[in-house]
Amino acid sequence: MSQATTTPSADALQELFDATVASNQRIEPRDWMPEGYRKTLVRQVAQHAHSEIIGMQPEGAWIGRAPSLRRKAILLAKVQDEAGHGLYLYSACETLGVSRDELTRLLLAGKQKYSSIFNYPALSYSDVGTIGWLVDGAAICNQVPLCRTSYGPYGRAMIRICKEESFHQRQGFELLMTMMRGTDEQRAMVQESVNRFWWPALMMFGPPDDDSPNSAQSMAWGIKRHSNDELRQRFVDMSVPQAEALGVTFPDPELRWNEQRGHYDFGTPDWDEFWQVVTGDGPCNAQRLAHRQRTYDEGVWVREAASAFAEKSRNENQERASG
Amino acid sequence: MSEQQNEQTRAEWPLYEVFVRSKRGLNHVHVGSLHAPDGQLALRHARDVYTRRNEGVSIWVVRSSEIVASSPEEKDPMFAPSGDKIYRHPTFYDIPADVPHM
Repeated sequence: MSQATTTPSADALQELFDATVASNQRIEPRDWMPEGYRKTLVRQVAQHAHSEIIGMQPEGAWIGRAPSLRRKAILLAKVQDEAGHGLYLYSACETLGVSRDELTRLLLAGKQKYSSIFNYPALSYSDVGTIGWLVDGAAICNQVPLCRTSYGPYGRAMIRICKEESFHQRQGFELLMTMMRGTDEQRAMVQESVNRFWWPALMMFGPPDDDSPNSAQSMAWGIKRHSNDELRQRFVDMSVPQAEALGVTFPDPELRWNEQRGHYDFGTPDWDEFWQVVTGDGPCNAQRLAHRQRTYDEGVWVREAASAFAEKSRNENQERASG
Repeated sequence: MSEQQNEQTRAEWPLYEVFVRSKRGLNHVHVGSLHAPDGQLALRHARDVYTRRNEGVSIWVVRSSEIVASSPEEKDPMFAPSGDKIYRHPTFYDIPADVPHM
């Protein structure tokens, strides 16, 4: 693409950027932006993209063991969506001047993170339902406000993702409802699954506000629209009536309606566990990265074949053109 | 081919911008980008990535490097010619309210 022929002063550029963000307009890829804004976005969008890709693993492992063709088709479609979401986000991230290969390399080297929730195992088939209901539910809570994030390509990717995410949550809830109408054993399976996922789902919103050093700047830049604690509260308030409809409980003795606040009170997640998983010491961290590395390596022949086929088509076209 | 060479080949896959026509009668609209070794494969990838739910009846892909774009810094001078020509808008003209179909 052609470059600017005039170079406005640094102050003027900063002013234009600030005014654009302040008036709730979007920053687009070729606009000038502060280096910190760019870096924060690369970190956040890459983390988000990696989460979608790594997030295929816990549920993907259940595709071959789904109990019916219907459930298998649904799960396949869902996991395929996660791949698509990862690609929308990688595409958005690349507009910030990082290459796809670089992003993959940083993930595999452990230098960029993905959501800690995917470092927990999916131990039973009911986890497929719980992940759809609670994990995708929490993701929706996080993602809906991101549709209005200040960086255009990220917001547009989030709009596409949110449209598709609703299917994920509903199929999970329906799966659990079906199991709750089954045997005592199936109901116990659902409750056990919910018990394991409730606290990690609450941790998906990130550390408490007073322990989240980057939040204030991200909000000032319009990248984030709500604080971690605000979104966590919103998720708890949404989830309690859904749990009642389902007939399960959350493993939190402090969970109760607070008339005065107009919100549910709830207990404190185990933040030591959170930091432990974030820093690499969760139940599945090593397994997830090893699997991603393996699929990357095993995909070499596919990439090679695609390149060879493209090369062959190009040669054939040239021959036809010259002959 | 060694693995390293493979990865070099892979690194050369260009970026394509994807445009989807959601239904007949509407324009193609930019939806995102993807990497592919050539246009034909870019189209197939675009189908899988951007039209999993009947979002499109037609797809265009174009190499990102082929796009010529105006520069955001030139915003004012670039679009100045249309800024001061208010007579190009229908509201510029005073017509009595009782003249029909105008």
